[in-house]
Amino acid sequence: MTRVFAMAVASCALMTTTALAGGHCAGGKTLIDGKFTIATGNPAYYPWVMDDAPESGQGFEAAMAYAVAAEMGFEAADVIWTRSSFDEAIQPGIKNFDVNIQQYSITPERDEIVDFSAPYYSAPMAVLASPGAIDTAATFDALRALKWGAVGSTTAVSKLTDVVMPDSALLLYGDNSDVNAAISANQIDAALFDLPTALFLSAVMIEGSKVIGQFPADAGDELDQFGMLLEEGNPLKACVDDAIAAITDNGTLAAIEAEWLQDTTGVPLIK
Amino acid sequence: MNDKKAAGLTRRQRYDIQQKRRALLVASASTVFVVVALVVLVPLTPGWEKVQKSFFNGAVLAKTFPRLLEAFKINVMIFAWSAPAIAVLGLLIALARDAKSPALFPLRIFGAAFTDVFRGVPVVLTVYLIGFGIPGLGLPRPWNSPYIWGSLALILTYSAYVAEIFRSGIDSVHQSQRSAALSLGLSERQTMRDVILPQAIRNVVPSQMNMLIALQKDVSLLSFIGPVEIFRQAGVFKSLLASFTPYVGAAIIFLVVTIPATRYADYLMARQTRERS
Repeated sequence: MTRVFAMAVASCALMTTTALAGGHCAGGKTLIDGKFTIATGNPAYYPWVMDDAPESGQGFEAAMAYAVAAEMGFEAADVIWTRSSFDEAIQPGIKNFDVNIQQYSITPERDEIVDFSAPYYSAPMAVLASPGAIDTAATFDALRALKWGAVGSTTAVSKLTDVVMPDSALLLYGDNSDVNAAISANQIDAALFDLPTALFLSAVMIEGSKVIGQFPADAGDELDQFGMLLEEGNPLKACVDDAIAAITDNGTLAAIEAEWLQDTTGVPLIK
Repeated sequence: MNDKKAAGLTRRQRYDIQQKRRALLVASASTVFVVVALVVLVPLTPGWEKVQKSFFNGAVLAKTFPRLLEAFKINVMIFAWSAPAIAVLGLLIALARDAKSPALFPLRIFGAAFTDVFRGVPVVLTVYLIGFGIPGLGLPRPWNSPYIWGSLALILTYSAYVAEIFRSGIDSVHQSQRSAALSLGLSERQTMRDVILPQAIRNVVPSQMNMLIALQKDVSLLSFIGPVEIFRQAGVFKSLLASFTPYVGAAIIFLVVTIPATRYADYLMARQTRERS
């Protein structure tokens, strides 16, 4: 009797593990076995996550996350969302997430401290002009004369100092809303964001502002690529990379991008 | 001569010398022990290598230090124009709060309200409110510069503290001095200017030194509204290089300035205590 019971327990245990183990590489490598824990920003913004509710799968990163999870063999119900700040994620040490998705630009320096998945999006940099500067031509010469601002923790800073090389000193801020305040106070003429953020800010946050140009791929350094952040040495990276490669190849990623990040024509290239 | 002197020591003095030596020995031994423990044990912790790479990376420090030093010039600049303004405004507020004439009562109220408000609000809030708020009213350039309004926020906050210190200095001058000056025929104004203030200001110099040191660090709060001073520059490097070493570099630069200043303030304080006793 006890033996039958033990066998039943064993087979139950076997079944729950096989729910994931069926040929998928993520088995036993996630924080909680059988679950996929994903961190995102607090709050997470449009158009990456709609209404700060990643569970809905609405928004580019939320939809992409579920597509990757599905590719890795997780049910939508097995995806657990958590929140983290930028600093929390790049600190050395143990992470409370399997992957962290909040528009992390992949840089070699960051890659030494943490691991990145293969890129899931390449975001061109774009210029958000204040209401007083929307008529500025999309040329480097015209842009150089503007008073520039940016968020200090983004790669926009090196883009500005290395590629645009403005005539006057940069003003740098802690986050997007401070840049907005500086634009509203007319303290800066233009700010550099990745294109989706710039479009969102001009459409929703700063009345009268406009995205006046985007940087071509060959202007200085390569495009900003967003990757999922993992703890350094996390064995899960290979599975995540495979999943991203799979949804890139079968067109799922492109469809998600088209759905949530739209066609961005209408913003001219800067020459 | 020395022998004679040594021989002249009482048993008590010899005991004291022995005790002193012993104390010195114990202090050195315990210091050496603590330092050795830190140097040996900390690197044995499992996370040390990662922490060292992130916080104490020599290559990153060498790469970022010159730019940090460059950015520190902005701190020095903001400090240089804010400090005199703070001294003047602080003194004026202190005098306003000390006004004796009934007709000047509104001035006293103003002084009290000023110190209450600006001491009560965190500096960074004042920097935000004034730094973004006033330019937001629609001032033309360059009058909406974050440098101007950020500095004003520092000046207002710090004059509130400095005024209180000046006031305590004024209070520390004994009432009899005032009475004596008045009885010599000096006016209220002359008494304050020539008798009270010279003593009051001298009495509070060490405390004001501490305010200068605090100000020198709080200048960094202006980074919240745009200026790329050392703290922001270090933050930019942190994000770019995913390393906290630039912050350590900034801390080193701050310490190079503040430690001598702190020691000097301590020295002034000690000298004052000696003179008073």
